[in-house]
Order: sequence, then C-alpha cells, then structure tokens
Amino acid sequence: MTALPLADRTITEVAAALRAREVSARELTDACLVRIERDGERLNTFLALDAEGARRAADDADRALSAGMDGARPLLGIPYALKDIFVTRALDEDGNDLPGGLPTTAGSFILSGYRSPYPSAAQEALERAGAILLGKTNCDEFAMGSSNENSAYGPVRNPWDEATVPGGSSGGSSAAVASGQAYFALGTDTGGSIRQPASLTGTVGMKPTYGRVSRFGMIAFASSLDQCGPFGRSVRDVALVLGALAGHDPRDSTSVDVPVGDYAAALDGDVRGLRLGVPREYFVAGMEPGVEAAIRAAVETLRGLGAEIVEVSLPSTDRGLATYYIIAPAEASANLARYDGVKYGLSAGADELWENYDRTRGSGFGPEVKRRIMLGTYALSAGYYDAYYVKAQQVRTLIKAEFDEVLSTVDAILAPTSPTVAFKIGAKTDDPLAMYLNDACTLPVNIAGLPGISVPCGLSDGLPVGLQVIGRAFDEATVLRVADAYERAAGFASLRPPTARDEQ
Amino acid sequence: MASITRDDVEHVANLARLHLTDAEIDRMQAQLSNILEAIETLRDVDTSQVGPTASVIRLENIMREDVASLPMARDAALANAPLRDDPFLRVPTVLEEGR
Repeated sequence: MTALPLADRTITEVAAALRAREVSARELTDACLVRIERDGERLNTFLALDAEGARRAADDADRALSAGMDGARPLLGIPYALKDIFVTRALDEDGNDLPGGLPTTAGSFILSGYRSPYPSAAQEALERAGAILLGKTNCDEFAMGSSNENSAYGPVRNPWDEATVPGGSSGGSSAAVASGQAYFALGTDTGGSIRQPASLTGTVGMKPTYGRVSRFGMIAFASSLDQCGPFGRSVRDVALVLGALAGHDPRDSTSVDVPVGDYAAALDGDVRGLRLGVPREYFVAGMEPGVEAAIRAAVETLRGLGAEIVEVSLPSTDRGLATYYIIAPAEASANLARYDGVKYGLSAGADELWENYDRTRGSGFGPEVKRRIMLGTYALSAGYYDAYYVKAQQVRTLIKAEFDEVLSTVDAILAPTSPTVAFKIGAKTDDPLAMYLNDACTLPVNIAGLPGISVPCGLSDGLPVGLQVIGRAFDEATVLRVADAYERAAGFASLRPPTARDEQ
Repeated sequence: MASITRDDVEHVANLARLHLTDAEIDRMQAQLSNILEAIETLRDVDTSQVGPTASVIRLENIMREDVASLPMARDAALANAPLRDDPFLRVPTVLEEGR
C-alpha cells in the first residue's frame, strides 16, 4: 500500500483493504468527513451533507463485510459524492421530509430548498453497488460553466491552488475527489463538464458514450449532449464506477441497450498494436506551452509502450464552439421552461400568472443561465431558426462524420483536455466568450456523442494537465485501456494537491 | 451582421418569460452581439448537401407493455409546490375578469 493518507488513496487500494478487514468502511467514511470538516467549507465543495446517514451506511457495510455478505457489490463501503444536479430522494409518500434526505439545487436559487420525491438512476445504481453517499457537491448553475463560478452558492476553490478555479461545471466533484473528501464522485458532461475539471484538478474524469448511462433524475441542461460519468483518482477506479452505472434504463428512452463489459477487469496495461490518432487541429493557438509539452510527452510515452501514433485531421474542430453554443442553449431554453414558479421551486408570488413567470425566472436564474436562455430562445425564434439552429445541426452532422471517419482508421484519439491549466478565480468572468473557449477541446466530443476521458499527464507551472482519450461510440473499454496503460507508465497517478495530508 | 438591438433583447426576453432589469438588458445586448458574431462563422460552412443531426443515436418510438403501475403519490408530488390548495396546485390568476 502507498504511503498516502487513507483519505487520498484509490478505491482499488481501499477496497482490497476493506475485504481483508484491515480497514473498515466506517474508517473510510470518517477519513472523508474529517477532510470535509477541515477543507470543505474553505473549498466550498459541498452544498449538502448527510454525515450521520453516511456513518450509518458505513456500519451496515462493515457488518455485511464481516459476515462475508459483500455479495457482488463492487463499491461496498466506498464513500462518494454526487454533483447536486442528480436528484436524491428527500420525501416520503406523504410528502414529509425523510430524515437525512438531501435537497437538490442544481446550483441555482430557483431550486433553493427543493426536496425530490424520487431518486436519480445514478443514486439507485450506486446504492445497489454498495457505495455510501456523503453529500451533494457544488456546481455551476444548471451545469452551465467552465469554472464553477456560476454557482448561486459561491465558487469552488481548486485544492492545488486555492486562488484558482477547479474547472466546471462539476467543480465541486472534481475538487472533492482531488482533496480526499470522497473516494469518487459523479459529474455530468454536456461540453466538457467532467473532463475539464478533472484536467484542472489532477483527477481522472470520464464522459461515457451518449446513451451509455441513464439520465433519469439528472436535471436536464441540453438533452442531446448531457451524459453522466465518474471522477476518480485512477483509471481503474473510474472503470469500476462506470461498470456500476452503465446499462439500459427504460426510464430514459435515450439510454441504449448495449452490453456492459467488465471495464476494470479488461485493463491489462497493453496498448501494443493499437493505432492512436493525434489530431493536428487540437494543438491550437492560445494553448499554453506547458500544456502542449505535457501532451506531446504523453503521446511519446504511449508510442514507447508500443502504440502506433498517427497524425490525423478533424478539420471542423474550430466549428465546434459555434455549433455547441447554438445547440446547447437552444435545448437549455426549452428544458428550463419548466421552472415556472408553480410546480416546485422559487415563486415570486405575483398576483398574475405571466407576471409570476417573468419575475420568478428573472430573480431565480443567475447571469450565465439567463444568457444561455436568451441565446437559445433567439436561435429558435421565428426568422432565425433555419439560420442558426438547423445550420448548427447540419454542422453537427459534419463534425460527427469526421470523427467516424478518423475512428475507422485509428482505435482512439489523443488530445489535450483543456488548452490551459487552472486559471485564477475572476479572471474570465467578464468575458463569456473567453470562458467558452476553455471547452474547445472537449465539446466536439459531446457533439459527436463519443466517450472521452481525461487522465493526469503532469504539471505545468505546478498545476495539473490532463490528456484526453476519445474513442468510438460504446467502446469505453479501449478508451479506458489506453488511459490506464498511460497512467501506469507515466507515474503521475500518485500526484496529490497540498491538501493531501493529515494533521499530526 | 450580428448586432442585436435593445428591442431584440426585450422581445426575446419576453418570449423566454424572463424579466431583465435595464442594466441586464444593456449587458445582454453587448454580450449576445459578441457571442452571435462568433457563432455566425458557421455561415461559411457549406452545408448544402448535409442533413441535420438532432441526436447521435437513432431515435425511434419505444413501445412498452400496457401494465398498470402506481404513479408518484399525490402528496409527494405536491410537496414542493409554492402555492397549494389541497389536493391541487394553486396558480395565480390567468384570466382577469372582463378580458
């Protein structure tokens, strides 16, 4: 076992120790809770916590483990956190508060105090797998953002440098996993919201193929792009969690019935004979030299492991941003129409219905959400629909076709996850377009619906850099295999931020 | 090109049922113009022979067996409503008298 403190170890390490009864689920849970107590408020990682419920679940897990009743529960006794965009059951049948039930806000004032009457598919799947829910993590409002500065509940700080952002929109999840507050966490990724924060916090984050994981109970941002996925401290950990999440769910009609492999068991560290493409368009102007150097070095590491590296071209890459910023806001403007001040959430209390809509939405949504609703409504409005929305859908066809063509000649694609390392809090808040450019390397993958992972590939200026591996639809296995082989060879897997220490 | 007017902003805000303050309208006008200018670069792409993609997966009707099941309990469904008049949701006035 490594010399890292208990809270900073991988699931793979602590799960083995759990089964050998060298450590208890209660100790793992307390290790996370101690870190949350010490660093949580300062980093602003959690929006809701159920410490008592987590301890109770840990004791249950310990009893099951001692009795040899671990079943086939791969995550039994492992504490985790959910991005506060997944609903968690907080009401009983009679509408009364369940003890320990966690509210769901999506990082927005408009859902302040919302208590869900039902659980998300992700929460159910992880409960079945035996994992212990600690709480809900901070995020950009309705998952719209690249820095976590758009949360109505304040920005999250990056444990590597607390003056910088942890990425977004799943910034609370990335920061929690990086700083030992949870062994894994879930995020959602519409344009990079798992991979980019993973890159900025030195964690592993995966967006599965669109349709791989159920979106039931995941608050919608852009329904043709959203997908749920894990953050972890190793590729193997992420593979384990993905295995628990993946699969068809009749409650999400876009979840696809494709067999789920044993992702973790297939990680053999061998990439010999694989063809990996490096798209020249991903090494863009504005990319930090330190990031480019780390990515180039990672490519050489994989070449050294026996992969065949080929340069490829995805010529429409620079159209991704414009395509995304039509499609995503258009879908968001329709999805967010449900916040009407009538069924749940904030209500302005106006006497007349239209006035109540206007005032509730005007006071409940933050600036970025308003911007996207406006942009999307504009793109869908009479006279602009064909010029913007249909045009973007046509370019989407081209972007997807280019990926399909390249992925018919290579097994996976290697690219940077983010063109920069973590930037200072406040540095880009006045310039939405500059903020949007953070996701230039990740959002084409959502447009094409493909699986992608970010794995740490070193530091630049003392801050983490992420290598992105992109694969064919439903071929998460190859994406994970490449990322795992790289992780083993590169020696960055044990990088931890300054928070990774216990008090003496 | 993509410069949008104050009237445009107010029109779209009304379509979106989104109250904006005067200061927000000013800011929105500048920011949306800026973003739309970047977005309009798509005009250069030749899509004359390209169909639109709404979803990357094949969308088709999904049929299920017509089996009765219990819906969400009424009290649980109503529990988050800002205004209730059990067993109903209460909605502010939609039509005023004489209109």
